[in-house]
Amino acid sequence: MLRGSNRPRRGSLLLPASAGNVWVALASTVVVFAGLTLIVVNSSGWPKVKHAFFDPAEFRAYFATVGHAFVLNIKIFLVAEVLILILALVLAVLRQLPGPVFFPIRLLAIGYTDLFRGIPTILLVYLFGFGIPTLQLAHVTNDPVYLGAAALVVVYTAYVSEVYRAGIESVHPSQEAAARSLGLTRGQTMRTVILPQAVRRVIPPLLNDFIGLQKDTALISVLGPVEALQRATLGASSEFNYTPYVVAAFFFVLITVPQARLTDLLIERDRKRQMAGGRV
Amino acid sequence: MSTPTPALVCTDVHKSFGKLEVLKGIDLSVDEHEVICLIGASGSGKSTLLRCINLLERINSGSIEVGGQDITAPNVDVNQVRRGIGIVFQAFNLFPHMSVMGNVTLAPRKVMGLSRSQAEAEAVELLDRFGLADKRDESPDRLSGGQQQRVAIVRALATHPQLMLLDEVTSALDPELVAEVLNVIRELAEGGMTMLIATHEMGFARDIARRVCFLDEGVLLEQGPPEQIFSSPREERTQQFLQRIIEAGRM
Repeated sequence: MLRGSNRPRRGSLLLPASAGNVWVALASTVVVFAGLTLIVVNSSGWPKVKHAFFDPAEFRAYFATVGHAFVLNIKIFLVAEVLILILALVLAVLRQLPGPVFFPIRLLAIGYTDLFRGIPTILLVYLFGFGIPTLQLAHVTNDPVYLGAAALVVVYTAYVSEVYRAGIESVHPSQEAAARSLGLTRGQTMRTVILPQAVRRVIPPLLNDFIGLQKDTALISVLGPVEALQRATLGASSEFNYTPYVVAAFFFVLITVPQARLTDLLIERDRKRQMAGGRV
Repeated sequence: MSTPTPALVCTDVHKSFGKLEVLKGIDLSVDEHEVICLIGASGSGKSTLLRCINLLERINSGSIEVGGQDITAPNVDVNQVRRGIGIVFQAFNLFPHMSVMGNVTLAPRKVMGLSRSQAEAEAVELLDRFGLADKRDESPDRLSGGQQQRVAIVRALATHPQLMLLDEVTSALDPELVAEVLNVIRELAEGGMTMLIATHEMGFARDIARRVCFLDEGVLLEQGPPEQIFSSPREERTQQFLQRIIEAGRM
């Protein structure tokens, strides 16, 4: 599940070593991108697409409205991320509980991750958003923002707990042996020795999952709340122009790209540290 | 005339991993302040015996007593037992996310309930004694192997153990770093620490051990003072083992 670390390492490719390489990289980049642009711009449907998706006037008109609606996406994922970090850690630790007594707890934890990674996120958003209000439970909100966010928390907790678990299992058993040999209890060993190392290692894949979560806040639009995608949909249908969607996409890219770069940076840093620490 | 209680008594200790029987009935008694070296080929059960004494492995049958207490009895508080036994591993096993000071004070603070300042004061004293005072704030991966292993020894000493188990503590070290670690062990022996040492350093064993025990395929085949074991071993297997060591130039 350490998906981030399995990717080919591109950090060094983004930073060519010598001056000669820089020119080659620049030239080939210009040629490739110019070629792609020419192909798109010269296609027969381009004028229509340009008008429907890339209308500068529409872009300006909807920049502020969609941007304002995007604040709701930000609020949702910020709150969701905090909850996910905590719940997923609890779930991962529960799954590591040893001994036959805790078998049912381990079983529940495994069942949870299997189930909620298996259900399509949008389906769970529907189930929560329309199912829970129908139950007419006392003291449970019917606000679609909360219900949709809850669905995201439930799904991503399953994913992130697997990330944590991979981190916990990547800490060598000799670390546990050393801690236990000093007289630390299992719980103390987990808290002071295993988890600090595990969490540090999983930060890149964790950020990866959070990028996914941030995009998936758009799924809540199916329940009605006016977040960025919903706002764009309203705009598109009143203007008969799809440019508001591009504005929404712009905002999602605006926040996810820096995180993707940060993730790569952290992976690269980890790799360097591991190579430097090759001496046991 | 009453003899004092031995520091460690192993009685008919058996340990299997699956179908593989690693310890086939070990009987071993260690007196207080005694230093014993375990020698034998890799896989002879030296490490497993040490791990069993530290309760990192559970034995299948037999018993182990430490300071007169049967630590293999059910309902024994394993954390309490481990506090009294220090173990040092071949690969150091320092905690890489903590400073030297963090490594040494973890058990005193979490297990013995010392305050941070108390634990650090004691740690400084120990680190100073082993020439590591200036490394207190370093991260373990910035230290040499010899320094790391000395920190590991200090970490094990921090809970004031009555018995130290050393599991091939110089095997992972570059040759020029072996001496500094052996000197620390020598100093511990001179201070009267009871120690059970698994080692491939035969010269060191001859030097420091009151008694040398030869383990062969999970059996304690022969034991005696180092002069006798190294110069006139009785068992054929011991002779063969020592012959191979001499041929490898390790003695």
